[in-house]
Amino acid sequence: MSSQVSSPEITHAQEHASGTSRIWKTFWVLSFLTVIELSLGYFLYFYHGDLTYGFILGTKLLIAALTIAKAYYIVSIFMHLGDEIRNMIMTIIVPLMLFIWFITAFLWDGNSWKTLRNTDAGSRPAQTEQSHTPVIDKDVKK
Amino acid sequence: MPTNTKWWNGGRSPFNISYGKVMMWYFLMSDAFTFGAFLISYGTIRFSVNHWADPNHVFNAFPFAGHANLPLVFVSLMTFILIFSSVTMVLAVHEGHKMNRKGVEKYMILTILGGLAFLGCQAWEWTHMITGDHAVLVNGQIEHWGTTVTRNPWGVEVMHNGAMVATPGPIAFGGYFFGITGFHGFHVFSGVIINVTMLIKTRLGHFDQRGHYEMIEKAGLYWHFVDLVWVFVFLCFYLV
Repeated sequence: MSSQVSSPEITHAQEHASGTSRIWKTFWVLSFLTVIELSLGYFLYFYHGDLTYGFILGTKLLIAALTIAKAYYIVSIFMHLGDEIRNMIMTIIVPLMLFIWFITAFLWDGNSWKTLRNTDAGSRPAQTEQSHTPVIDKDVKK
Repeated sequence: MPTNTKWWNGGRSPFNISYGKVMMWYFLMSDAFTFGAFLISYGTIRFSVNHWADPNHVFNAFPFAGHANLPLVFVSLMTFILIFSSVTMVLAVHEGHKMNRKGVEKYMILTILGGLAFLGCQAWEWTHMITGDHAVLVNGQIEHWGTTVTRNPWGVEVMHNGAMVATPGPIAFGGYFFGITGFHGFHVFSGVIINVTMLIKTRLGHFDQRGHYEMIEKAGLYWHFVDLVWVFVFLCFYLV
């Protein structure tokens, strides 16, 4: 094949000779996953009033998991990272593992701020129904 | 290649990949951390407040559809445009491997058109949001606000003169929305510029003279990354 970059330092793998069927298959997988995500999004939109908080959170986590699956297909097939050697895959994937801590810690922190604010830093119990009705004093004088 | 290859003994790339592609991967990794930091910061603020704008109410418009309530529809169109332009990009890379100049040109043009279509959609969406006209109760008076980096008309709804009306929400909403989708849109824009440059170089026969189409692969890595980021922006701003 003439696709070789003329360098003795690189061995080109055979997958470059394959046809386009894998690309189109990936396209349909990505489209399918997106349609599932949208279905779940519409499910939440139409039924969120009837669902418990935990169920809504679980559905959102499922949507996030489908997004991770889409990311896998884009990076592995479209960006051909899956065709590279293990050394190359690891030098990209291992640093990105930081995101696991990054997401957990920061969302935890955000939730902690909310709790501190709603309880005046733990000095009173949080109201079950969050009261954020602003005091509209100018209404009163009408 | 043999499984017992000694990758670290010198004389060859230990990652079996050209310098340019390794550096593109490392750039994209750092860019992933930048986008990740933005999105996680957004998530932190969103987790820290009691009320956040409901995306199904904010993003429910479609061009020429008037005031029809169409949640998720327009952004789905944008998502499919970007997925499809990713496919045409990978097909251009594929044609490059086959040294087929006409094929590369065809798919690069389609990819560029997809990028421009996406940018057009985003321009419409931003305009629609900024010039929006939503009743908000501010200091006891009804005002009509669009969504900007200083105004968020999607706050908690309260009773006012016998009708429910929104109050101002956290201004972080507009800042994060325009900041992150703008940063992504700027990546799409620069991706289109890169792709146009690659199309011109392909037409001029530069890659045929060079003997390989590796530049198309590098541009492709960047373009797929832009699609990858959109997948997460789509998740964080529109779906959840």
